[in-house]
Amino acid sequence: MDMTELHNIVRVSGVTKVFTLKKHKVEALRGVDLEIRSGEYLSIMGPSGSGKSTLFNMIGGLDKPTSGKVFIDEVDIAQLDAYELAWLRCRKIGYIFQTFNLIQVMTALENVTLPMIFGGMHNDAAVQKGLELLDLVGLGERFRHKPSELSGGQQQRVAIARAMANDPAIILADEPTGNLDLSTGEEIIELLKRLSEEKGVTIISATHDFKMLSVSDRVVWIRDGRIDKVEEREQLSISVGEIAHRL
Amino acid sequence: MLNTGKEEKTEISRQVVLPFKKSLEISFQSIRVRFFRSMITTMSLVLAVSFLSFVRVGTDAANGLLATGDPELHQSLVNAGYDLEPGATATGSSAKERWIVILSLLVCVVGIINAQLMAVTERFREIGTIKCLGALDSFVLRLFVLEAGMQGLAGAGLGSLLGGVAALLSTLIRFGFPAWQHISWLAVGQSIGFATVIGCLLSLLGVLYPAMVAARMQPVEAMRVEQ
Ligand SMILES: Nc1ncnc2c1ncn2[C@@H]1O[C@H](COP(=O)(O)OP(=O)(O)O)[C@@H](O)[C@H]1O
Ligand SMILES: [Mg+2]
Repeated sequence: MDMTELHNIVRVSGVTKVFTLKKHKVEALRGVDLEIRSGEYLSIMGPSGSGKSTLFNMIGGLDKPTSGKVFIDEVDIAQLDAYELAWLRCRKIGYIFQTFNLIQVMTALENVTLPMIFGGMHNDAAVQKGLELLDLVGLGERFRHKPSELSGGQQQRVAIARAMANDPAIILADEPTGNLDLSTGEEIIELLKRLSEEKGVTIISATHDFKMLSVSDRVVWIRDGRIDKVEEREQLSISVGEIAHRL
Repeated sequence: MLNTGKEEKTEISRQVVLPFKKSLEISFQSIRVRFFRSMITTMSLVLAVSFLSFVRVGTDAANGLLATGDPELHQSLVNAGYDLEPGATATGSSAKERWIVILSLLVCVVGIINAQLMAVTERFREIGTIKCLGALDSFVLRLFVLEAGMQGLAGAGLGSLLGGVAALLSTLIRFGFPAWQHISWLAVGQSIGFATVIGCLLSLLGVLYPAMVAARMQPVEAMRVEQ
């Protein structure tokens, strides 16, 4: 790929986040600077409690930084009003969570079509596209099932289809394999990788699952709310080797 | 740089929508799936509204009997416990009765608020999720209000019919057929309608605060709750 063609779809600049609990303060992020290129598959790696989810929420416009700025397509998201923010969440970003977060009372298809309805798509068109997306993630037959009738891996597939619903520029995934067994987790990673290649969507995935390493274009290692190091794909094989060695 | 910023800005101003028909569908489905829970929420409303309807229809029946001017019927009303001046041609519900009705309606609203707050708490994750999918505060508010409106209509309708029928049967038992001969069916219809409307309003009143809590919730807050 030609590097000059890629622009920064996400830019995180000096972001800190302090949670004030009753007595003490928790510094979840202590100044994060990060540029994410359009179309890349980026993994944010770090141990539990290192601030991955906090960063995920900042990038996704789900929470506000204590200081610093987050730009999506060079727009400072702190400047957006409620309507623009809702539009951003609806059309620009697709979210995937560790706990799937499907709407329990809705069928797989209804879960997938909901963001399209919010996005203003006509119901029939949304159903049509929802079926295609469920097909794409390998659940074409199960569109009538409720989340409780699906396995964890299948629920995460529905969540991925839902995240793709409005053809977002960015898919944000917070530990997408965290609640899945090894092989199901691998399938989900494969699926994400395939979608990033086929649709050119930028994937940002917070994880401590080393299976993610092999598919990532870049890995950001985070520790105690700071970026420890950023590794490009070429450098990765070395650290993977190291990890394999350490394990 | 500045230029791209501007372009994005105008593009971002495009609106998110939730058509009314779709909101109705979602609310209805939500009630249907949680039928048992909805029933419990609605039960206190059914009871309170049926009491209101019972009292009002009972009064209608008494008025029907009084309007005849028949002293015998007048006497049987007094015997049945109605506080009547000799020669009175209309009666209302007694002050005590009114108080009990108002109290029962108040208790019912408090019950609805309580049940709806619990329903909101149960659905934190769902609310957070639909906000992540682009729902505005007003969508969440609308979904909860529609749900309460439907529950209110069903509960209050059922309650006022039950109360009305009970009142008619009880007058029939106490006063025999004249009770039904002289009753104004228009007044009975109005009483049942009135009780239904009051019930719907109470249901909406009860959901207002819980729905506002739900609508204002930030997605991260809503999702943090372990469920
Ligand atoms: N809402 C919150 N209130 C208080 N502390 C929080 C909150 N969210 C996260 N934290 C703290 O911030 C730190 C980073 O958390 P998190 O971003 O969830 O880490 P990770 O996702 O990498 O496991 C942790 O120490 C956590 O306890
Ligand atoms: Mg986390």
